Amino acid sequence: MSSVVANKPLTFQELLFALQRFWSEHGCVLQQPYDLEVGAGTMSPDTFLRVLGPAPINIAYAQPSRRPADGRYGENPNRLFRHTQLQVILKPPPENVQELYLQSLEAIGIDLSQHDIKFEEDNWEWPVGGAWGVGWQVMLDGQEITQFTYFQQCGGMDLDPISGEITYGLERIAQFLQDLDSIYDIVWLRDPVNGRELTYGEVRLHEEQQFSAYSFDYADIPSLWQHLNLYEAECKALLERARTTLDEKRLAESANPQADQLAALRFPTLGAYELALKCSHAFNLLDARGAISVTERVGVMARIRNLIVGVAKVYAEQQRLTVTSRAATAVEPVAQPAA
Amino acid sequence: MGAFNLYQHPRNQMPDLLFEIGLEEVPARMIASAQAELLRRTQALLAREQLVAGEAGASAGSAGLSFSTPRRLAVVVRDVLTQQPDLTEEITGPAVKIAFKDGKPTAAAEAFARKSGVPVNELKTITTPKGEYLAASTTRKGRSAAEVLATELPKEIAALYWAKNMYWRPGKPERFVRPVLWLVCLLGEEIVPVEFAGRRADRVTYGHRVLHGHAPMAITAPSTYHSQMEAAFVLVDVEARRQRIRKALDRTTRAIQTIAGPRWREDEALVDAVTHLCEWPDVLLGNFEPAYLALPEEVLVTVMRDHQKYFAIEDGEGRLAAHFLAVTNIALSEENAPIIRQGNERVLRARFNDARFFWEFDQRTPLVDRVALLENVTFQKDLGSYAKKSERVRTLAAALVAVAAERGATLDAGAVDQAAMLAKTDLTTELVKEFTELQGIIGGLYAASQGLSSTVADAIYDQYLPASAGDAIPRSAEGCLLGLADRMDSIANMFALGMEPSGSKDPFALRRAGNAIVRILAESSLPLKLSDVLQAAAPSAEGLARLQAFFAERIDFYLREGRSQAYDVVQAAMAAGADDLRDLCARSQAVSEVRGGDDFLAVSAAFKRMKNILAQAGFTSSPGVVASYAAGSPEGELHLKYTELHARVAELRERRAYREALEAIATIRPQVDAFFERVMVMDPDPEIRLQRLSLLAFVVQGFSSIADFSEIVTAG
Repeated sequence: MSSVVANKPLTFQELLFALQRFWSEHGCVLQQPYDLEVGAGTMSPDTFLRVLGPAPINIAYAQPSRRPADGRYGENPNRLFRHTQLQVILKPPPENVQELYLQSLEAIGIDLSQHDIKFEEDNWEWPVGGAWGVGWQVMLDGQEITQFTYFQQCGGMDLDPISGEITYGLERIAQFLQDLDSIYDIVWLRDPVNGRELTYGEVRLHEEQQFSAYSFDYADIPSLWQHLNLYEAECKALLERARTTLDEKRLAESANPQADQLAALRFPTLGAYELALKCSHAFNLLDARGAISVTERVGVMARIRNLIVGVAKVYAEQQRLTVTSRAATAVEPVAQPAA
Repeated sequence: MGAFNLYQHPRNQMPDLLFEIGLEEVPARMIASAQAELLRRTQALLAREQLVAGEAGASAGSAGLSFSTPRRLAVVVRDVLTQQPDLTEEITGPAVKIAFKDGKPTAAAEAFARKSGVPVNELKTITTPKGEYLAASTTRKGRSAAEVLATELPKEIAALYWAKNMYWRPGKPERFVRPVLWLVCLLGEEIVPVEFAGRRADRVTYGHRVLHGHAPMAITAPSTYHSQMEAAFVLVDVEARRQRIRKALDRTTRAIQTIAGPRWREDEALVDAVTHLCEWPDVLLGNFEPAYLALPEEVLVTVMRDHQKYFAIEDGEGRLAAHFLAVTNIALSEENAPIIRQGNERVLRARFNDARFFWEFDQRTPLVDRVALLENVTFQKDLGSYAKKSERVRTLAAALVAVAAERGATLDAGAVDQAAMLAKTDLTTELVKEFTELQGIIGGLYAASQGLSSTVADAIYDQYLPASAGDAIPRSAEGCLLGLADRMDSIANMFALGMEPSGSKDPFALRRAGNAIVRILAESSLPLKLSDVLQAAAPSAEGLARLQAFFAERIDFYLREGRSQAYDVVQAAMAAGADDLRDLCARSQAVSEVRGGDDFLAVSAAFKRMKNILAQAGFTSSPGVVASYAAGSPEGELHLKYTELHARVAELRERRAYREALEAIATIRPQVDAFFERVMVMDPDPEIRLQRLSLLAFVVQGFSSIADFSEIVTAG
């Protein structure tokens, strides 16, 4: 490190690097952000679908999260249309998961002896995803910097093993580290040679301005309803097809088991999930446009819930069937007689 | 600390028990009850398993202490036996004549011998009223305390009640409030190997996460637990922690120089919450820009208390000051205090900024213009929007205003109507969306700042009062009336939809709404009766009956819980009418005051007897003309006394001098006693019988307008 950057709090991108490095060193797959609009890192299939079923996984990724109604045209120093979460899933959670989390704070330059940290009860829930968990909001000097959750249910299904989820709010943590009143003043990058700083505002303000305008003023309401209906129809059609393609009895009695099992393996549940996410985002835009009355709201949310929970159930079933069939395939050569 | 005198007693040979469960942070709201339950269960277990020394166990129970922090629950129980006493018991087997055939033991005898573990030839014979039976004396060897605790304590831990449980281990072997990290179980200095949630008890615990670090710490013995923990920066005694926080709040407040007579706003619930969020508390003074004081105090205090768990500071005049107190879970030093203060101040600044933004933004659309927006806010799916509800409440309120005005109340009818129309409009404001707990209050504040009359603004502000037993009723008659109309509308319509509360189910909190109606009718100056409110809601005949039954329960609850009156007094007073609730309260109060008197109890018993006699005789005719009774006869004396008293009681009742009236009624005792001693009511002569029954009915009815004395429990 050159002297121009010595003893300065981490920049926004250094913060991201440090957390990714920390969790990478603790055995997490580092995944890239999911490339669809989501409201939170939890909605990425790397969380929402991977927590289902028995397969263990440790995974971490940054997730830009869009919440159209939270946009403030870049004029509120603490609210964003799109913020960044660093999401960590530990399935199952190691016994020292809390301690690991505290070590990750040390890794980003937070000396706990100089701060007041509390774990306050906060139980996360996402009714549209049939998902909830038990946990805390982690408060550092009165600021909520992390949501810590032990997932209990997802897609309306009980989970086993349980997943531990750590969600860091990167902007808030950066604001905290750099002691700033406005997100837009966060130092995103500090040039290691000349020490020149580039702020969050310089990088992102125009996005906030334009996407707030789009969400609140421009997004075409009839088109959004059409999008929602189209995505929903396609998602439902896929879920319908899953019923036959993934029917256990049909697979067991199949005249052409290899082809049918391959079809089951390749069935695009992940595609169906993306369609459901598209619906969710269309809903959020309609909501920001004020196009959904309170009475309609419940009904539309129920429609999206059907899709998302439906996908989760299909995904779990597909995992179960294909894991079984892969196990069966693996055994086959050994079981075959040499002659 | 009185609690620790425990260890200043001269010690005997019996060891103490220490049990600690180490946990990831337990929700603050659940700790106190779980801590008490763990001690209760441990003590009950020791008593049940005969591990408490004889006399001490029988008289005082096992003395115990319980401790907790967010990361642990612990109990210490004094003087535990290390060994259960051996238990000798005699068990009875088969009858001798079945047990032996031709002097040889039968299969029945063999089976009993096997069961009791005593050879056949050592079995005894005992004589019972049913004949001779085989018997065996067996001695069950007492188990060691360690063995009992290792088997039984895990069951007690698993049975602890938590409002919300979770799974965390693969295979989901157990549910608990949060993951269990360690167990400590010591009997004296010995480890008791209790196992729960995959942990095996040892003597190792952990101190304050930051101040003590991750190093394990071995507890020597139960008696050193408290002091060892304190040395590791954990104050395990909850009361001591609470006191430390209170003292630190006082001390920090006294140091404020900027205002005269600084005080922190007392807030028992908040003190309790922060006590259960810390292991080693300290208090930090923070400041905010005085410019924010232009925002309503209610908003500032809610942000500080509900969102940040800060205590507000006021000056000697009770005015909010630009300071706050935060309770930290770490000792403050010159080094860390500025950093922690800066962080907390920044967070509060951001929250106040938001609140100020909403406050200014909301004002751009006055409440009057928000009435139309209520069309989009659903009250309940079958009852439509809040716009519809507001219209219904206006109509209902107008009807009540008319009744009250007829009875001479001076009410601002226009203000009631305007308040009813605007009462729910704050639901459309950003500030209420952000701080839902301030609904009503925000509406009142906006109304005042938008130039509406203070009558309207106060009625809106107070509309949800009383929300709980500790709250006052609305300050003005207009506010009370709005509160009645709003709640009655909800109750009547929910009932009409069949959504009345049943058992533990009351999703729309209708009982609470009913309690509020009862309190307003009983405690306000509005000249309204329950029947006025019910009629204004215009229910069907069948609906009215269900509403009356619902309110009878609410009134009963109010008198017993709210006014601490005995259930029989409540029954007696309600039997004489439960429509004018202020009158009911006065009557019930009077009955409570006189019920201890001998004469009153005797008269009550006599009334019960009279009612029973009348009921058994099937006497239903209304007492009209009473025959003239011979002077000097018991009937004549009773009648004479009754007539004399009746005028006086009527006059006292008129003045609502209920206590005096009841005392007067009690003076009829000698005549009643003489009547029952000397007269047989059920005379064979039907005419005499009728006369006597008529007299009783007359007396009973004449004196039952204050309370039905026959409801008073007199026995015992």
